[in-house]
Amino acid sequence: MTRKLTLKMAINEAIDQEMARDPKLMLFGQDTAGGVDAGGEVDCWGGVLGVTKGLYTKYGDRVIDAPPTEMAYVGAAIGAAVSGVPVIAEVPFIDFMGVCFDQLLNQAAKMRYMFGGKAETPVVIRTMVGAGINGAAQHSQMLTSIFTHIPGLKVVCPSTPYDAKGLLIEAIRDKDPVIFCEPKNLYETTGDVPKDAYTIPMGKANVIRTGRDVSIITYGPMVQRSLSAAEQLAEKGINVEVVDLRSLSPLDLDTVLSSVQKTGRLVAVDEAYPRCNIATDIVAQVTERQFGLLKAAPQMVSAPHTPVPFSPVLEEFYIPSVERIIQAVEATTK
Amino acid sequence: MTSLDNRSSTTRHTPSTEILLNAYRRMRTIRSFEDRLHVDYKTGIIPGFAHLYAGQEATAVGICSHLSDADQIASTHRGHGHCIAKGVDVVAMMKEIYGKQGGICDGKGGSMHIAELSKGMMGANGILGAGAPLACGAALADKVNGNGHVAVVFGGDGGVNEGAVLESMNLATVWQLPLLFVVENNDYAQSTPQQRTTSVKSYEDRAKGFGMPSVTVNGLDFFEVYQTAGELISKMRQGGGPVLMECKTVRFYGHFEGDEQPYRPTGEVDSARQNKDCLKLFSARAPEFGIHPEQLEAIDNEVNALIDHAVAEAQKAPHPELNELFNGVYVTY
Repeated sequence: MTRKLTLKMAINEAIDQEMARDPKLMLFGQDTAGGVDAGGEVDCWGGVLGVTKGLYTKYGDRVIDAPPTEMAYVGAAIGAAVSGVPVIAEVPFIDFMGVCFDQLLNQAAKMRYMFGGKAETPVVIRTMVGAGINGAAQHSQMLTSIFTHIPGLKVVCPSTPYDAKGLLIEAIRDKDPVIFCEPKNLYETTGDVPKDAYTIPMGKANVIRTGRDVSIITYGPMVQRSLSAAEQLAEKGINVEVVDLRSLSPLDLDTVLSSVQKTGRLVAVDEAYPRCNIATDIVAQVTERQFGLLKAAPQMVSAPHTPVPFSPVLEEFYIPSVERIIQAVEATTK
Repeated sequence: MTSLDNRSSTTRHTPSTEILLNAYRRMRTIRSFEDRLHVDYKTGIIPGFAHLYAGQEATAVGICSHLSDADQIASTHRGHGHCIAKGVDVVAMMKEIYGKQGGICDGKGGSMHIAELSKGMMGANGILGAGAPLACGAALADKVNGNGHVAVVFGGDGGVNEGAVLESMNLATVWQLPLLFVVENNDYAQSTPQQRTTSVKSYEDRAKGFGMPSVTVNGLDFFEVYQTAGELISKMRQGGGPVLMECKTVRFYGHFEGDEQPYRPTGEVDSARQNKDCLKLFSARAPEFGIHPEQLEAIDNEVNALIDHAVAEAQKAPHPELNELFNGVYVTY
């Protein structure tokens, strides 16, 4: 059975179904339940934006409100995972990863390799990414590329409720550490989501719109904007293909290369800062392999190299717009 | 031993002869392993860094004698002693330190990341304090599994000032995890003495700040470490929460190999080797427990032969195949 769910509730349902399936699976983070032992309403938050609400009521002590000490509880999630207890830990905003970065950079990512391939670390770090809710410089960043850079971590960023559920279940069942990046300004968007549990493999991009003239390669919150751009460009006779990467590590380069093979034109779109981001990586990898068949210089659409501003006017100017994507596509067709 | 809040158990953990001989063997193995590395490092044959544990053996062995393979420890950059105390194979350890095939981590961890999960050794760690959050996780797994296992995290007098350790003391207390925080106080954080690194004289004051019971022991006295650790670990196995245990000890060698320790007062190391050698202290008290000097001497000889064998095996082992570079990054993909 399929019905409409918000992206937020698709994530909630994925966690719920996996906790029901695996009695060992634990969930913790800041205010993951909310209000436990406070004397008032319990399980009233479900994390800062309500994603995990209701799970404490169902699963009790397997859902823990952690102290606001990311280094300790993210590290504990990693330590429990390597000890055979899988954990979903939530770092509310990816901007807070600086507080616990060592545990991800040097511990979770490295254990398997350093220990001669013997460690398994079934931990998922859920975190919110992206601008669009006036969170300003410390609650709005799209730091996906920092984690994609690190061998040993997997990085996922869904763009639809359907993908969010399937990719999260896949991430939970995976034996490697996964950074699961949730575009927070898509939380209330709705889409068709099957009720039963299902998985979507990491490392398999989704050609979300087929086209023959230009390939837009993107992920996460830029997928919908890229689709809007594609629709407007169709009216001008430009037939755009949109590839949603879904996971950034592993990266489905084959699907990207096939698309560019067909179109000969590449636009890479990433909400992140413009230096060393996913767009620069895609352009570099495609150019290295398919330089000869490119019909025009590849284009990149990213945020400017500035912190995310608070002013709603400035923030909207900061986030890559549909217009900028259209301009980039047109630049490849001139 | 000084204070321990909320202490009710007075169980004596009198070690059997078998336990004592096994403990002595592990202490002697650590000493010989490290002494040999100290000599061989000078020849340039061993790559990378090594931080030697010699001098501190009674602490690792006194505590780990109470642990099974299912009880996990998180170690430090000075991790060889913890590995041996936990029963990790010495030949595979030596190969690892040489970066060779057959190393316990396939030659990809080295001295600073040596680990053996199947022995409950969660790894030496190149990042100070980083083992504490991981050990919280191990202890959490024990608690939710209800299996009576415990976790131990070791840290030095400098490293336990890391935020990761302080956050972990808070988390372990709030969550009442069966986790023993061991402060191995050898007086030096690299070259910097304790009074320059730590705001309190006794690490017990740190524990008090987190509402955690604590105790200080002479870390050079195997019998005292063994007795105290035994009491603490038994309580944890029965559902007790975290405890901090400061072990006052000494470091015989430099921070790492190549450190000539000019910062230490003249004669300090010689005096320590003369008067504060935990192996000598052990041997002196062994007859009280019915152990004869000849038994210890026999162990010494066996250990020396084992270390010779480990070095020979490590030196003749082949380097890793180049394609080993790509293995073990992920479980899948």
